[in-house]
Amino acid sequence: MASIAPRRRTGASRERTSTHEGFLAHRDFRWLKISAALAVLLIALYIWVPLPAGHFGSSWLGYTLGTIGALLILWLTMLGVRKRAITPGRWSLKAWTSAHVYLGMLLIVVGTLHSGFAFGWNVHTLAWALMMLVIVSGMFGIWVYASLPRALSENRYDAEGAITEKQMVEAIRSLDRQIHDAAQPLDAESAALVNRSLEEDPFAGTFWNRLTGRYPRDATRTAAAELRQRRAFLPRRADDPLDKVDALLTRKEAMLSRMRRHLKLKTWLQAWLHVHVPVTFALIAALSAHVVAVFFYW
Amino acid sequence: MSELYKVAIVGSGPAGMSAASRAAQLGLDHVLLEKTDHLSDTIFKYQKGKHVMATPSQLILRSDQEFDAGKREDILERWNARTAALGVNVKYNAEVKAIRGTGPAIEGSIQKIVTRARDGSTTTTEVQRHAPPYAIELANGETIMAETVVLAIGTQGNPNLMRCPGADLPHVTYQLDDPTAILDEHIVVVGTGDAGIENARGLAEDPAQGNVVTILNRSPKSANVRESFATAKEPNAKALAEDDAAGKLTIRYETETKAIEPGWITLNTRDGEERIRCDRVIARIGSAPPRGFVEACGIEFASNDRLAFPTLSPQFESSAPGIFVIGALAGYPLIKHCMNQGYDVVEFIAGNTALKPADEPLLEAKFASLPGSRSVNDWLEFLRERVSILEGMTTLQLREFMLDSDARFYPSGATVFEKNDPGSSLFAIADGSVHVRLDPNDASKVVPIPQGSIFGEVGLISGRRRGATIVAAQDCICVEISRNAALKLQSQVPSARRAIERISIERQLLQMFGSGLTSGDVVEVVETAKILSVRAGDAIIREGDDDKDIYVIRVGSMIVEKEVGGKPVFLSYLPAGSYVGEMALIDGGQRTATVRAAIKSEVIRVDGEAFGRVLAAKPALLERARKDMEVRRRTNAFVESKKDSFSGIVDLYSEQAKFLVSQGLGEATDVLLIDERLCVGCDNCEKACADSHDGLSRLDREAGKSFAHLHVPTSCRHCEHPHCMADCPPNAIQRGPDGEVRINDTCIGCGNCQRNCPYGVIRMDKVPPKKPSLLSWLFFGKGPGPGEPPARWSKKNTHYTGDPAVDEALDRKKAIKCDMCAGIEGGPSCVRACPTGAAIRVSPDEFLTVARLENEGA
Repeated sequence: MASIAPRRRTGASRERTSTHEGFLAHRDFRWLKISAALAVLLIALYIWVPLPAGHFGSSWLGYTLGTIGALLILWLTMLGVRKRAITPGRWSLKAWTSAHVYLGMLLIVVGTLHSGFAFGWNVHTLAWALMMLVIVSGMFGIWVYASLPRALSENRYDAEGAITEKQMVEAIRSLDRQIHDAAQPLDAESAALVNRSLEEDPFAGTFWNRLTGRYPRDATRTAAAELRQRRAFLPRRADDPLDKVDALLTRKEAMLSRMRRHLKLKTWLQAWLHVHVPVTFALIAALSAHVVAVFFYW
Repeated sequence: MSELYKVAIVGSGPAGMSAASRAAQLGLDHVLLEKTDHLSDTIFKYQKGKHVMATPSQLILRSDQEFDAGKREDILERWNARTAALGVNVKYNAEVKAIRGTGPAIEGSIQKIVTRARDGSTTTTEVQRHAPPYAIELANGETIMAETVVLAIGTQGNPNLMRCPGADLPHVTYQLDDPTAILDEHIVVVGTGDAGIENARGLAEDPAQGNVVTILNRSPKSANVRESFATAKEPNAKALAEDDAAGKLTIRYETETKAIEPGWITLNTRDGEERIRCDRVIARIGSAPPRGFVEACGIEFASNDRLAFPTLSPQFESSAPGIFVIGALAGYPLIKHCMNQGYDVVEFIAGNTALKPADEPLLEAKFASLPGSRSVNDWLEFLRERVSILEGMTTLQLREFMLDSDARFYPSGATVFEKNDPGSSLFAIADGSVHVRLDPNDASKVVPIPQGSIFGEVGLISGRRRGATIVAAQDCICVEISRNAALKLQSQVPSARRAIERISIERQLLQMFGSGLTSGDVVEVVETAKILSVRAGDAIIREGDDDKDIYVIRVGSMIVEKEVGGKPVFLSYLPAGSYVGEMALIDGGQRTATVRAAIKSEVIRVDGEAFGRVLAAKPALLERARKDMEVRRRTNAFVESKKDSFSGIVDLYSEQAKFLVSQGLGEATDVLLIDERLCVGCDNCEKACADSHDGLSRLDREAGKSFAHLHVPTSCRHCEHPHCMADCPPNAIQRGPDGEVRINDTCIGCGNCQRNCPYGVIRMDKVPPKKPSLLSWLFFGKGPGPGEPPARWSKKNTHYTGDPAVDEALDRKKAIKCDMCAGIEGGPSCVRACPTGAAIRVSPDEFLTVARLENEGA
């Protein structure tokens, strides 16, 4: 019952998609298929091609695998540059990530076959071990990327839509101001307790606190708990300023825990990179040592 | 009745005050009558500290009073001082009730005044005009005699009054000068236009004032403030709703006043009557134009149109001899114009008939390049005679119109504009004719447009680039009418509006149905077509109805819904340029779906019968329409079939579509959407945006609303009719070839666009200094790294030269917004730089399709 007006576009060189397709499923799992095919091919070659026993690395297949592996490692490292160099062109970081993930996993096959399963306490095995560490941390990263974003988004939701990290911080600041005003009629000891909550930096805490989302010595919770305890020993009266402070502290606790959940998720989303990236550089160093050692001393 | 003045000036605004000042300077016997106890009430009533603009900047000021852009207080102070220094004879508190000639009756000069009653009936009163001198009757009973009268009363008119019982009580007021002066009161503001909202917010802003503010709104509450506050600017309405949510004030929806008594007010609400405390009522319910009073003076208006102005001679003399009309009432809302007119009109009254208007040199320059040396007046007459849409204009209107327009000569064969050129102006052919090129490669395939007609109206209406190349068929003179001038023309001259509408309807129909249709085929259709304005949410077609009309969406967009299992299910989205409703016409039967406006839209209603005859005569067209219909029918069938087995997903899809429309997708052409199931929060999109554009990010990923894991970040939607474009003094916001709305370098940083954008996507900022290269950051840690540099880094690294001109440019804030990475190979950086595929940019007609149902797993 209707027709869509034809659209004229000129000079547009962008690719247009109108659905969300994640990096794992990119182009119908194109890189997964390529990597799997290559892995099967390489394993078949390793099994069926007759090669001299021992010192597999110096055979033609060993050299080939080694060269492929080393170049692949360098190319995979370049994702860090690609991500930050916003040059013109029809590249897509999603495609790069997709290739990075699946070719990175292919490296397990390439590197291990290249070793010829000859492990020992030497720089060569060190390079292999570092490589495996990088890959495993990367696989953990995939799991994190695939599972945590939903939780991150759900934690930001509320009745109004979604609130941002900045709004969370502002909400805590505004609660702090209200607590400060409400706490004016309190006696010195209670006021000191409340003050500890006010002085607490919502971003404080160790890396461990962040990662676990646990803050055992949280001043807000302590203040709320102690105030409640103290009140139990005081005579009940209407219009008690402690009531108001208590309610505000409870709200602050809720907002604080929401922000901490947010920070925890963000930390998990980033923490694995703190292993993945430095170990990559260690790997490149070990790899260089391995290459030099092989050519000069083998 | 003591004295006979040479000239009496009514109204002491910029026009009247300038006129009186000239009269004083010339030593004319004069009196300046002012209704209130101060000069220039309109500007006096501006809020404190308001910046008054002095546009048009190219116009020279010719007045005995000074005027330059500045603060309201400074301007008023200067005017007051100057008026006193010139010895202007001002009579304050002199409200004029009537003006009548006291001389003999002028033969044959009878004014017919048509008044229209509420029930639509009209009564005509005839007024015999009398020659001067004029008796000016004041509200206090005094009468002033004058040979000539200059009417400069503006269009502010008188505020509409409350009508309920108790409306005459002293605490019922119609304005608010200083909201901070009111303390500890219960205040009810009536009316939710901009004035009412500003008053209510001003009164409630500082809780320390202790005011309890209630604002009454007749409309029901809606999630979309544009619906519940139709007469207010959106930012105002939003701010009011926020204040309400924050408890600063109370908005009462669906409420009117029933009665007022001291200290209390009785309200008619949806749930019955309610009586609340009220120490003060501020009614801001619009104002009645002063037309009735003006007509009673014997002054004729150009038409019965509500927006029409009095008919005036080039010297501002009205149809009543000796009564001159200047200023906003004459159709000139700008202060500078008004002041010049005051000067000119008094010079004329004093006998200086040779004086040329102040805009004469500007107009001379406009016509200088045209062949044939004519005077400005001759050229204006030439244009009016030959261009049909300019016929209804007065010389004065034409003069002002030409200031915003250009007259150009094109030799035979010259290109007026190329297909895909930017431009939203309208062209009118004063002499010669032009050809529309249908095929860029074949110069012989053309459609002629004759002298007197117009072209370029599609750009004017849609704001999009030119659809075809236009070439001069012979030597010709065209007037290029800027968008602003064209809009003003349409509002001032109703016949021009109808002419433009007719031509645009015809061309839109021909373009849309294309194939072999000529303007002769659609004459009847165009004759019967009507342009309708549709409010957001209103339906043009209802499921189950029996009508047969076809609708063409001219402006805005529509959504198609179908009732399935008692709930409306979203079927599809129709952007401007689509047509809808042919199914019932071709197949017969009832409407199969409801079509409602996603945003405020305009549609062309084409008579079904008439269109049916065109279809019957053109089998090729019928064939095409059937094909289009088939697609829609498949969508209907698909949704119907899915509904049984996957109702939850269909609901979600429907809800999500509604959410997206509420987030502005209905008027968007290209919008950034983030799938929150994929977004890892790395903000690489923001960094890429900053690095592609001078180091400033034009999007805020985290901000914005989400629904069912779909997040609409704060980023430009590239609206069909951009709100930001509406009020850009240097006209710096344009639409580019890919539909992007971008701000060019002529931006003056006034911030109008930022205030007008309902989605908050424009920021005002200065361009940070250039960062060291990425590699030197990677290897040596130089500079702040990718993305927008922190403000502190920018501050530290801005190198001032000491030359004020250069330093000022370094510090100048400009409006910054998404330009869809126009001109960057590969397209939008935000999408290219997303590592997980969470960010995509879509146009709503591509995204809001049933195909989503399948992707979502239905």
